[in-house]
Amino acid sequence: MLDQTQIANRAGLTEDEVRQIVRHELERSQKRDPAARKLAIIASKGTLDWAYPPLNLACAAAASGMEASIFFTFYGLNIIRKDFEKKLKITPVGNPGMPMPMPMPDIISGLPGMTSLATLMMRSRLRKHNVSTIRELLDLSRELGVKLIACDFTFEVFGYREEDFIEGVEFGGAAAFLSQARRAHVTLFI
Amino acid sequence: MSKVIEDRMLDARGLMCPMPVVKASRELMLMQPGQVLKVIASDRAARTDFPAWVEDVGHELIHSGQESDGTLVFYVRKRQEAE
Repeated sequence: MLDQTQIANRAGLTEDEVRQIVRHELERSQKRDPAARKLAIIASKGTLDWAYPPLNLACAAAASGMEASIFFTFYGLNIIRKDFEKKLKITPVGNPGMPMPMPMPDIISGLPGMTSLATLMMRSRLRKHNVSTIRELLDLSRELGVKLIACDFTFEVFGYREEDFIEGVEFGGAAAFLSQARRAHVTLFI
Repeated sequence: MSKVIEDRMLDARGLMCPMPVVKASRELMLMQPGQVLKVIASDRAARTDFPAWVEDVGHELIHSGQESDGTLVFYVRKRQEAE
């Protein structure tokens, strides 16, 4: 194997010139790397707040010319069920980070009706800031070609039926996700 | 900077992340290479999203700025051809 100085001597180039060529070629190959254009996300949470990050990121990726796929597993399957608007809620219980009008201990926020109240509050806050609804983001995802994959394993364990899910959802197992993820530089577990 | 004349304008004011970028990308699809899209936005994420997105996709951000009322303005030139 020749080192850079030997190559430079043979080719009549200076070592700096060879280094420059190598750097240039590396940059070119990195730009061509198809994995840099792929995003594979696992969405594992089934609450209104956690439905946003996977869909937002996938849509932003698709708008940047990336191929994005989201693998919905466990409670994340709520996001792509037909009744997602009923399923996706938010609770202040055990979530001290949630902005509330007043400090509220879990024993109060755990009272009946508090989850519905918190969900209404969050929805109105999102609407006030003109944040897209989950429905809009799901429509946009499908329009932009984001792959929505439902976890077959959870599907069976939770006793779901295919007709419970929105149009355009595919089904797959761990290997289906991995086959996407191994070809993607950006993989996220949400 | 000399005055840039845009070929198309996108009013993304009031839209939140990632919608300004998504809508801009859609607008550019309808345009010819080399044409300029002007985007106005109010979402603070746009300040960093636009330069990052333009670089990733290979378009050119020819000018960006902020007006006195806080509105963000971006001029994006569509890239020549797909790589």
